Amino acid sequence: MKSAVIVFPGSNCDRDMQVALREVTGKEPQMVWHGDSQMPNVDLIAIPGGFSYGDYLRCGAMAANSPIMKEIVKQANEGVAVLGVCNGFQVLTECGLLPGALMRNASLRFVCKDVHLTVENNTTAFTSNYQQNEPILVSVAHGDGNFFAEPETLNKIEGDGQVAFRYCNADGELVARANPNGSVNAIAGIFNEQRNVLGMMPHPERHSDKAIGGTDGGRLFESLMGALS
Amino acid sequence: MTTYHPEITAEIVAEHGLSVEEYKLACEIMDRAPNLLELGIFSVMWSEHCSYKSSKKWLKTLPTEGPQVIQGPGENAGVVDIGDGDAVIFKIESHNHPSFIEPYQGAATGVGGILRDVFTMGARPIANLNALRFGDPDHPKTRHLLSGVVAGIGGYGNCVGVPTVGGETNFDPAYNGNILVNAMNVGVAKTDKIFYSAAGGIGNSVVYVGSKTGRDGIHGATMASAEFDDASEAKRPTVQVGDPFTEKLLIEACLEIMSGDSIVAIQDMGAAGLCSSSFEMASKGGTGVELDLSTVPCRETGMTPYEMMLSESQERMLMVLKPGREAEAQAIFEKWELDFAVVGTITDTGRMVLKFEGETVGDLPIDPLALASPEYDRPWHEIEMPAAVSIEPDGNVKALDVLKSMMGSPDLASRRWIWEQYDSTVMADTMQKSGGDAAVVRVHGTDKALAMTTDCTPRYCYAHPETGGAQAVAEAYRNLIASGAKPLAATNNLNFGNPEKPEIMGQIVGCVKGIGAACEALDMPIVSGNVSLYNETDGKAILPTPVIGGIGLMKDSAAMCRIGHKEEGLDLVVLGSCTGHLQQSLFAKQVLSNQEGQPPTIDLEKEEATGRLVLSLIENEMVEACHDISDGGLIVSVTEMAMAHGIGAELNIAESELGQLFGEDQARYVLATNDSESILLAAEIAEVEATIIGKTKGDALTLTSGASISLSELSAAHEAWMPGFMEAPVSREA
Amino acid sequence: MMKARVFVTLKPAVLDPQGKAIQNALNGLGFDEAQSVRQGKVIDIELSGDDNSAVQSSVTEMCEKLLANTVIEDYRIEIL
Repeated sequence: MKSAVIVFPGSNCDRDMQVALREVTGKEPQMVWHGDSQMPNVDLIAIPGGFSYGDYLRCGAMAANSPIMKEIVKQANEGVAVLGVCNGFQVLTECGLLPGALMRNASLRFVCKDVHLTVENNTTAFTSNYQQNEPILVSVAHGDGNFFAEPETLNKIEGDGQVAFRYCNADGELVARANPNGSVNAIAGIFNEQRNVLGMMPHPERHSDKAIGGTDGGRLFESLMGALS
Repeated sequence: MTTYHPEITAEIVAEHGLSVEEYKLACEIMDRAPNLLELGIFSVMWSEHCSYKSSKKWLKTLPTEGPQVIQGPGENAGVVDIGDGDAVIFKIESHNHPSFIEPYQGAATGVGGILRDVFTMGARPIANLNALRFGDPDHPKTRHLLSGVVAGIGGYGNCVGVPTVGGETNFDPAYNGNILVNAMNVGVAKTDKIFYSAAGGIGNSVVYVGSKTGRDGIHGATMASAEFDDASEAKRPTVQVGDPFTEKLLIEACLEIMSGDSIVAIQDMGAAGLCSSSFEMASKGGTGVELDLSTVPCRETGMTPYEMMLSESQERMLMVLKPGREAEAQAIFEKWELDFAVVGTITDTGRMVLKFEGETVGDLPIDPLALASPEYDRPWHEIEMPAAVSIEPDGNVKALDVLKSMMGSPDLASRRWIWEQYDSTVMADTMQKSGGDAAVVRVHGTDKALAMTTDCTPRYCYAHPETGGAQAVAEAYRNLIASGAKPLAATNNLNFGNPEKPEIMGQIVGCVKGIGAACEALDMPIVSGNVSLYNETDGKAILPTPVIGGIGLMKDSAAMCRIGHKEEGLDLVVLGSCTGHLQQSLFAKQVLSNQEGQPPTIDLEKEEATGRLVLSLIENEMVEACHDISDGGLIVSVTEMAMAHGIGAELNIAESELGQLFGEDQARYVLATNDSESILLAAEIAEVEATIIGKTKGDALTLTSGASISLSELSAAHEAWMPGFMEAPVSREA
Repeated sequence: MMKARVFVTLKPAVLDPQGKAIQNALNGLGFDEAQSVRQGKVIDIELSGDDNSAVQSSVTEMCEKLLANTVIEDYRIEIL
């Protein structure tokens, strides 16, 4: 599996994504600077977390309008797998590849902690190494992760099985306390209709090493490796 | 030379914080009266903040050397060898006064400043820590200050993508008018890629990079060296605003240019910005410097040379480049969308010459000004060890009730509300974050890890500064040991009141003596640091607060130890001896409102021997969990160990043995182990007292005679206080 | 040279936690008359050109493309 990690000014999880992809795929991902107009031919495009353009104006808004994103949208529409994590998820909603929006956390505070997610759909390239409804442990670190969609859009996301992950407790139960940011229906990550684009607030790349927190996140990359190699 | 020079009156001299004698000396050095720009330069270079004039005499007594030390105090940060061609670069610095005036920006720019001190030297920053002190929780400003400071630290650190992994937060009414915000940063570099600030190469270009210059924080450095009064809240406009996004770009751009060989010297523009950075670079290099201020990138129009030299706009650096390398450097900074300007040249005149629009607007001799930088031997009173007092609670004290209220008190309650606002896991190398003894961060791409901690117990320092100073180092040492790291070196942040008062100067002298002795005995040289004086409001000083930031190395991070035990049936062993010392303890403070008497004795030999033993036990994998004993005594340590995984303990200590439970005797650790026999044997050989005090068991803490309290009850109390305090409805208080 | 001012606010149906927090704070301070608070942002733009309608349409495009996220936000433009 060949992969690329997009680097915007202010990206700060690009190295973490690079390391996780390298460990799982055994190949060095290509680091693509936002100013490059050429996208290399890859099987997976990863948009990492961080504070692209300082999160000024709105999180992800300016990155969504950068030249490289035009090329990424085009490739996504042709079926290339795209993963957006945290700020990357915000970029994907801002550029229209994913529905909805990510608003300020309900607590109004940045939140960094380990959370559990239920796997809502394990039939995709991103999630095939998980059990359906399995609770997995990863971490969140964001100030604007409160997923919102208009009722009509939300119904469609829910009805089509576009929800990838929801926040839950260690037993996999959807309890209010487990939702770290107030996201509607406890949504932590969603797919596009074709299931080749995934945006998620939690960081699978920070849980890809057993010395550091665990390996539940790494299984997402292993799923991709299985599907895209 | 007329345009910018109003007549220098006694008033203007006083406004610049110079004494009459200092001004006289300035005139002698100049051989004439300085103009306003030059006076401004004297004022910042001779301010307490830049010159350490009150503390220098005593700072010189600290141990700063050792085979592990690559660079001690005097550079932007200290550098210590961690083997395999790697070095750790670190420093702690205060941003106390700005944070009181504008908590969000004050704390944020504090984090930004300390980051720059570290990456200026060639290191990639890998961890932030912070030591915070606030006033009484009931004081009307405390909540506002705390929430602003925490948001500022998070706002900056989270955005630059450096994890905030540890620190400490305490409350005491002595900080009502002067909070303390001490930020520490730790970075890692290659030993052959360390960058220094001494200018060199006559004719080389002096280059300005980063953000544009505005009128931020003009006179911040002199403000940070003046006592507060009611009027200082009106000084708000001088507080700088941080831009962590630009800082992130600056980090990446600097590390990119540093991977080549075009830099001769580099220095961040911290307090007193362009003035002190250019002055210090030339002074250290024994050169002169000429700057053309017309070329300085400015954010606002009509800025005067005075404003440009003294501005404290953030996210800026000054570099000296090798000849002909300007274009290469410019391309890198432009890629990162940062300003780049050649603003001057290195000269052989030994003078700082400032030009603006073709005119010479300032001309000062560098060495005489630096050498004549005042150094005071301020009068001080020796602070004697107070008389012992007897701490005698009445017979009705129920130890476990006290424990529960202690765990939920502002002194000991969980700081989760704070540290969950900090991104602690970005960079994916954080092995242990806040909530344990030391934070542990892996050295990227290796099996090594660095342990780090900040420590100080101000009530001990107030009772007897020398003991308190030594205790701060000893506690840092223990926290590093308990995580499985070998203590390597330390940085210090000395926070005190007005040094012109002999009793405050006595606190400084006492604490420094204690720190020096402990650093010597525990082989933790001080390699960097910062002094913050005049932390007084209306004549009332803070508690003496010499914060120690300790760094330790774990060669094999797989051997790392945590505070929480994960199974039942382990023996709990205490290493170190207990006399039941309750004077100056949290127990005495909280239960008896007694803050008198002597702090616990620091026996440095014992401290070193016990630490060495514990480390060898951890390295030999004989320890399942380890925690040092500090605030609140043994029972608090065991509670924290038990709460980590919800597995309780049965202790063979009676509820009436308050000294055993709550005494704060030093040089002690609690170990959970399934091999207590070997540990007792090893302790005997090392001549360290060792006692089995109980077993891990169940989901409660139980004492002999059956007194018991469930962990869920303790955890609930422990976790409840801070969210309840911070999220209570806003009322007219603010 | 012309100046435009853009007001960006959350759509009425979207929960505004910051506005809610401000309202709580105001009520806590005794301003019981503060019944609802919504927070937004103001963006001032200086533009070349002097044709009012051209400026209006160019700022509208800026809003649609970047300044507002029309999934959650409304915008209003004033030409100054």
